[in-house]
Amino acid sequence: MGYVKGLKCKECKREYPKQPIHVCEYCFGPLEVDYDYEAIGKVISRKSIESGPASMWRYKDLMPIDGEPRVGLHVGFTPLVRAKNLGKALGLNNLYVKNDSVNHPTFSFKDRVVCVAISKAIEFGFDMVSCASTGNLANSVAAHAAEAGMKSCIFIPDGLEAGKILGTMIYGTQLIAVHGNYDDVNRLCSEIAAHHDWAFVNINIRPYYGDGSRSYGYEIAEQLGWRAPDNVVVPVAGSSLITKVYKAFKEFEMLGLLENKVTTKVFAAQATGCSPVTTAIKNGTDVIKPVKPNTIAKSIAIGNPADGYYGVKTAMNSGGWGEDVTDEEIIAAMRLLAETEGIFTETAGGVTVGVTRKLVEQGRIRPDELTVICITGNGLKTQEALAKSFAAPAVIEPNLHSFEEVFSNSLTV
Amino acid sequence: MPVKVRIPTPLMKLTANQSEVTAEGNTISEILNNLDNQFSGIKERICEENGSPRRFINIYLNEEDIRFLDAEKTQVKDGDEISIIPAIAGGH
Repeated sequence: MGYVKGLKCKECKREYPKQPIHVCEYCFGPLEVDYDYEAIGKVISRKSIESGPASMWRYKDLMPIDGEPRVGLHVGFTPLVRAKNLGKALGLNNLYVKNDSVNHPTFSFKDRVVCVAISKAIEFGFDMVSCASTGNLANSVAAHAAEAGMKSCIFIPDGLEAGKILGTMIYGTQLIAVHGNYDDVNRLCSEIAAHHDWAFVNINIRPYYGDGSRSYGYEIAEQLGWRAPDNVVVPVAGSSLITKVYKAFKEFEMLGLLENKVTTKVFAAQATGCSPVTTAIKNGTDVIKPVKPNTIAKSIAIGNPADGYYGVKTAMNSGGWGEDVTDEEIIAAMRLLAETEGIFTETAGGVTVGVTRKLVEQGRIRPDELTVICITGNGLKTQEALAKSFAAPAVIEPNLHSFEEVFSNSLTV
Repeated sequence: MPVKVRIPTPLMKLTANQSEVTAEGNTISEILNNLDNQFSGIKERICEENGSPRRFINIYLNEEDIRFLDAEKTQVKDGDEISIIPAIAGGH
């Protein structure tokens, strides 16, 4: 038994029944899931959540499915790491890292949205799932389609990292690389979606899909002891996650689950080579000018962000800001997180760590504030980004002399 | 100069369920006006009152977003293809 009343246009508020649709027929605004919060408020409590499973399904009452989840029962409830060492390096005394680089089963936050999308696709009666992806979504859709016993057809831009390609094909999907960037793939997919009756998780299933990422925000608040943080630094591509994390805090506040009021400042983090949202924030406008992406942070290389307008508004209305970092700064930040906390994140995680550093330097994030950095993907998937960062390891003969020689040399470096 | 225009599903009710139609004009603006002559009311669904495309609509000329070209003033020529597509989510 779910608590979804239907869909509602985020712009003109027109209402629609629960269907696999994503756009308002009248104003083309995005459709959002409309929940019966009054009914949810009667059944949900800290206690009911805490007695739930150690997965995102502890928040099932807030998820947009009518029945039980069909796939991904172990997704979520990833570690919120108290990052003392990284905090020391950045000059922050109260720093946490929300680590979805170890999310089950495909090592990114995308598992949260996909298990909801595919459960919903099954409820709608689809037997084929599809998506346009920069890689992490491809991995997750292929894996969860396999678990569901559904067919899948997945579209990616050509030139993606090898780990993301192999990490999709292994699940037995049909993977198609499209000549062009993500925005080209997305445009093509929306035309394909008009001709094939498939569940495109990020197109006709998008309202439900997007809401899965609210679980990332719920977990942050619960794991902080039912508190919303002072600051959260979120990687931005299409601007979905940044709006959903903030929405999650506000929903918890509305449901009376938090110790504090939500005064969280939300910070948008992008790569300089693809920064339409942070550029708009810096220019003081909510009009997004699309760009052609050129960055190693391929998972967030979306030049034409569908929810960019809402991303800008979320950051600005919360008192936050937007910053971006160069490819060199991304690599340095990936190394810093690994060397201080033992967490190997993908390029998008380098973006949030690098941007946090900049925000501290600018005085926008202050040392004693409770700050959460979003780490949404795993570094083993984007090894190409680090190809030039390390020399090959020393090779020695299997004897003590050979070792001592190399070891004493390394001490003098 | 006739060009092919692909119509998004939510607007096909206005085009008698045709997903592709033909329109004439020298610029995107003229094409949109011509579409409105053929299918009354379609322009106000695609554009704001000032004539520029709505925030959540993307228009492509031969696969290129017109915002990378000359927006509504972009010139079109015989045989070009135009796609009108609602914004789509993706990535983070």
